Amino acid sequence: MTDLSLENARTSASDEAVVDISDVMQKMAEHKGCGTEGGDGKASCGSSGGPEDMPAEIWEKVKNHPCYSEEAHHHYARMHVAVAPACNIQCNYCNRKYDCANESRPGVVSERLTPEQASKKVLAVASTIPQMTVLGIAGPGDPLANPKQTFETFRLISEVAPDIKLCLSTNGLALPDWVDEIAKYKVDHVTITINMIDPEVGQHIYPWVFWENKRLTGYEAAKILTERQMLGLEMLTERGILAKINSVMIPGVNDKHLVEVNKAVKSRGAFLHNIMPLISAPEHGTVFGLNGQRGPSAQELKALQDECEGDMNMMRHCRQCRADAVGLLGEDRSEEFTTDKIMEMEVNYDSEGRKAYQQAVEAERQAKVEAKKGELDGLEAAGDIKLLVAVATKGHGIINEHFGHAKEFQIYELSSSGAKFVGHRRVDLYCQGGYGEEDALDTITRAINDCHAVFVAKIGGCPKAELAEAGIEPVDQYAHDYIEKSALAWFKEYLAKVASGEVTHEQRGDAAIRQGALLNAG
Amino acid sequence: MPYKIVASQCTNCTACEALCPNQAISEKGNTFVIDPDLCTECVGHFDDPQCVAICPIDNTCVIDSTLPRYAA
Ligand code: SF4
Ligand code: SF4
Ligand code: SF4
Repeated sequence: MTDLSLENARTSASDEAVVDISDVMQKMAEHKGCGTEGGDGKASCGSSGGPEDMPAEIWEKVKNHPCYSEEAHHHYARMHVAVAPACNIQCNYCNRKYDCANESRPGVVSERLTPEQASKKVLAVASTIPQMTVLGIAGPGDPLANPKQTFETFRLISEVAPDIKLCLSTNGLALPDWVDEIAKYKVDHVTITINMIDPEVGQHIYPWVFWENKRLTGYEAAKILTERQMLGLEMLTERGILAKINSVMIPGVNDKHLVEVNKAVKSRGAFLHNIMPLISAPEHGTVFGLNGQRGPSAQELKALQDECEGDMNMMRHCRQCRADAVGLLGEDRSEEFTTDKIMEMEVNYDSEGRKAYQQAVEAERQAKVEAKKGELDGLEAAGDIKLLVAVATKGHGIINEHFGHAKEFQIYELSSSGAKFVGHRRVDLYCQGGYGEEDALDTITRAINDCHAVFVAKIGGCPKAELAEAGIEPVDQYAHDYIEKSALAWFKEYLAKVASGEVTHEQRGDAAIRQGALLNAG
Repeated sequence: MPYKIVASQCTNCTACEALCPNQAISEKGNTFVIDPDLCTECVGHFDDPQCVAICPIDNTCVIDSTLPRYAA
């Protein structure tokens, strides 16, 4: 923080953009509890809601944001630029030789960009991919431990492309110092990774924090961190800046405790809580990877998410993408935009074209919501039956991916209250060079083992037979149709078969969360 | 004059560069280096050598024992 001009700007912006905290809290409270889409009979409109479910200002902020709105993430894209390599704390799930695990998956090194290179890259990508609406700074270290680079990047981009939404992810230690600067650049989405509110728990997650020119360890380190995180969150809420909380679920360390974290962040106005599984394998070289700390199973993760859901909007579509991913979430196009290629590009920022594209997407999204409504009748027959299905999709809310090409499956929960998106499962590429591999199929079966059916655009005879044998029904008759509508139509047929005695409804087992896929898919 | 960076360990995270009270640290090729003529072990500025305190990789910013200790 040697940059004086930034230092000044920071102080002079302090009286800007402050809103009444009680006003914000009221809106947060109002927008919970509508529960039109929730499963379990619990209120959970949140991220799966549409415009009718939330206050207009909040919907405005989230509707094009693939990280916040589950609807949007089918249609819009975000990108990250790696301008912030330094970090001010150490997490046991992070290997600092690679990217920050707070927002990216470990094991992928990204190139470090200057703010000038980064802004050129963003404009080049935005001009090529009109659905690119969000720019995030999330690492490889902590954006607020690199404030000069972070805010210079925001400044350059907001000058040329004011329609691009800016967001950042932070561990929260430096957050209170920068909230006013964040408000000044109209950064309206901030993600804080909060894994604990009790330093007793925290000392097992954070070996040290760098605070006031000293390295603090143990209880003391975790105490400072949690105090700063809570203060930072409160300050964001006071200024009307949306705050999303990420938590890493570490079985035996903070899994039970995350229910308390959920309450603490909710009461301070956090908009969304995203509980992510610990990704941990020895080859990641992290403390947890090396000491054998396991990650949660799919069932454990979902149980915790369900437990917290009654309280708040849970985000289940997070894929722990890498920090410099370009393109639709999950679909990595960063190869097209290397620094060399970009520096040679002529960039014409076409804001009109982008607007037209985004309007078309809005219409498409409405159509999807309408299609689903038609299938909502007649679900009472489900009674207590609740089950999961997996869907192979490339996005746009449509079943449009070949089983063999799917890198991941979206998981929906079907029940008497409808179809609810509950998460993703990454899988290794099953189809490599056009022919299937036995082991890979096994991997997929394990990843979606808790599902009753898998919806695909197309599937070969062999995997079809094997899936059926594993008790997962392969469904391809809804190819290229809307996901929720199709899943509900299938569900009603299933319920009819149960009613007629043709099939007996049985619970399925647990599923594995892929560790290796996250490391290798880059 | 005594801290140095073990090049094979350094991740180029830049964190130490910004913290050094003497601007002794700079990027050189694929690593960061400490200018032994500028490093004062942080004496007179901080209790702890800042580069050591912030470096994410243990044993990367270390005393260069081939050189005499800094005397204020
Ligand atoms: S905050 Fe991010 S970069 Fe820093 S140690 Fe934690 S995971 Fe790694
Ligand atoms: S010990 Fe202090 S003065 Fe020496 S290089 Fe490190 S930060 Fe700079
Ligand atoms: S803090 Fe350590 S890893 Fe980072 S640049 Fe300095 S010496 Fe290298």
